Amino acid sequence: MIRIEKRISNSQNLKSLAKFFSFVIGILISLFFLKFLGIGLIDLIKNIYYDAFGSIYSFTELLIKMVPLLICSIGVSFAFKMKLWNIGSEGQLYIGALASSLIAIYIPLNSHYLMIFLMFLAAFIAGGLWSGLAGFLKVKLNVNEIIVTLLMNYIAILIVDYLVYGPLKDPEGFNFPYSKKFTDIAKLSTFGDTRLHTGIVLAIFLLILYYILMEKSVWGYEVRVIGSNPNAARYAGININKNILIIMILSGGVSALAGFTEVSGVLHRLQHSISPGYGYTAIIIAWLSNQNSIGILFSSLFMALIFLAGDTLQLNYQIPISMVNAFQGILLFTLLTGDFFINHKITMKRRKNA
Amino acid sequence: MLDIIIDTTIRAGTPILYATIGAIIMEKSGIINLGIEGLMLIGALSGFYFTFITNSLLIGFLAAILLSAAAGSIHGILTTYLKANQIVSGLALTMFGTGITAMLGKSMVGENIRGLERINTVKDIPFLSPVLNQDIMVYISILLLLLIHFFLYRTTIGLNLRTVGENPYAADNAGINVHLYRLFAVVIGSGIVGLGGAYLSLVYTPLWIENMSAGRGWIAVALVIFSNWDVRKALIGSYLFGGIAANQLRLQAMGTNIPVQILQSLPYLFTILVLIISSLKNDSTKQNQPESLGNPYDREDRV
Repeated sequence: MIRIEKRISNSQNLKSLAKFFSFVIGILISLFFLKFLGIGLIDLIKNIYYDAFGSIYSFTELLIKMVPLLICSIGVSFAFKMKLWNIGSEGQLYIGALASSLIAIYIPLNSHYLMIFLMFLAAFIAGGLWSGLAGFLKVKLNVNEIIVTLLMNYIAILIVDYLVYGPLKDPEGFNFPYSKKFTDIAKLSTFGDTRLHTGIVLAIFLLILYYILMEKSVWGYEVRVIGSNPNAARYAGININKNILIIMILSGGVSALAGFTEVSGVLHRLQHSISPGYGYTAIIIAWLSNQNSIGILFSSLFMALIFLAGDTLQLNYQIPISMVNAFQGILLFTLLTGDFFINHKITMKRRKNA
Repeated sequence: MLDIIIDTTIRAGTPILYATIGAIIMEKSGIINLGIEGLMLIGALSGFYFTFITNSLLIGFLAAILLSAAAGSIHGILTTYLKANQIVSGLALTMFGTGITAMLGKSMVGENIRGLERINTVKDIPFLSPVLNQDIMVYISILLLLLIHFFLYRTTIGLNLRTVGENPYAADNAGINVHLYRLFAVVIGSGIVGLGGAYLSLVYTPLWIENMSAGRGWIAVALVIFSNWDVRKALIGSYLFGGIAANQLRLQAMGTNIPVQILQSLPYLFTILVLIISSLKNDSTKQNQPESLGNPYDREDRV
């Protein structure tokens, strides 16, 4: 007779092993789909490897993709620690990009550092207010934050579209949906001859801040208690509503900083479709890493690799970039299945003689 | 003029109605499914693809039901037998559906099929002709709604399904197979959501466009709360949104001064507004939300 039991304790080795196997199976299924589309897999893997690790330059390109993913997943993780489902990271990124761009375009400043600081601040405040609205609705009216933050993604993207197709459109841009280019003052500086910008320093700084706040401070502990046992938190006198608001503002503000680094560090202007879904991927990263700071870093790097593979597929094989979504979906399915085997054990038992 | 508004409202509301009915069945059994958006796309592409190669709308609709149900069963199995987090699994389903349809549907972009035609019963009677001259899928959606309501509240299986959503432990004690019921609800519900997707690609446009559901699946998830888990109220909600979505398109076509993107954001804004209003209206005692919605069932967790 087959019995399924909960594991009382599970070893770290087993966890890692199960996660690893789930990954491998997810990747194999994805490769199967590509094979089905008639793509030579050996060539593909060579291409992806070359595009990601072929040279120092290509590795910095990988890091460029990692920056927005890392920042957004730190933002999402703040909320997930409290079991708040902020799935509006994508929209918050757009709002951050918008706020930074407005500063870069309309405020004439001569100081690079002041300009960058103002762009940073504008993104954080705008993103914080944007997601704070969802937090406010949750606290005051108990409106489901999942649906509100998600629907706000669509609205944020449409606002940016409206501006780049309308009032902010570059008059000399041949009618393309983008604003005029920022001046050098509003651009993040880069390392050497690469395109890698100082946004990566901000991302690492935010990760350290996240580690201190969430994993080492008393407040982080309170947030975790609210997440795992709201009743106990209430009993201990923790103000839940206030913390929901703070966390939502922080979560959206940080996600919005990814919009700031993208426009100031990579694109150097506001444009249609700034992100190929970094904000949605951040949700996966936050879940995958269990909101652990080291886990967030490595999961972000891994997801950056998937986006890079998406670029390779698009350029060399004309496969739409949204197929990255399909791979992420498949990986999540296999990882969720792997989780079951981490938390449960299946034993074969002979039925006892009655 | 009013006739045209009624007509477009019904046509734009029907896909959302199918999706909302499907979502309500799942949630009644206690399973949240954030994969509705992905399921709609899977329904839309499979409906279009099979109609394109077989030239039969019937086969198209059936394929949409079957393939969405199959995709939905992944979520069903993960959230029941494998006890996965319903929110993560649902998001995975939406990502999977969005990506896989973009990938596999590339060859279908720009192809044409003959969409489902209207029934012409009456001519030029105000108010009645836009209601009576719809296509058959509109009437099936209303029939389905009544059928599902009857099923949930007048049959033993329906009662069992609701019990599973309210109190799975009690249901288990009464000998009801909780996981099987939930899986059944998710599969049936996903099939119905797929019909909503197929309505988009086989009737409403009729074309295949990447990501053509454009957030309708998420609006359906919100409408479940608006309709307070009652399929009859889902009709009102869906037509309300159909009305806003379709008539913003009419405003666009008429060439108003309001920017397109502002008009396009109206359905999302109204959904948020509606969520706020429904949370103001329903205090927790009157809420019809299944008691154990979102919680995985594990016999060993019983206290």
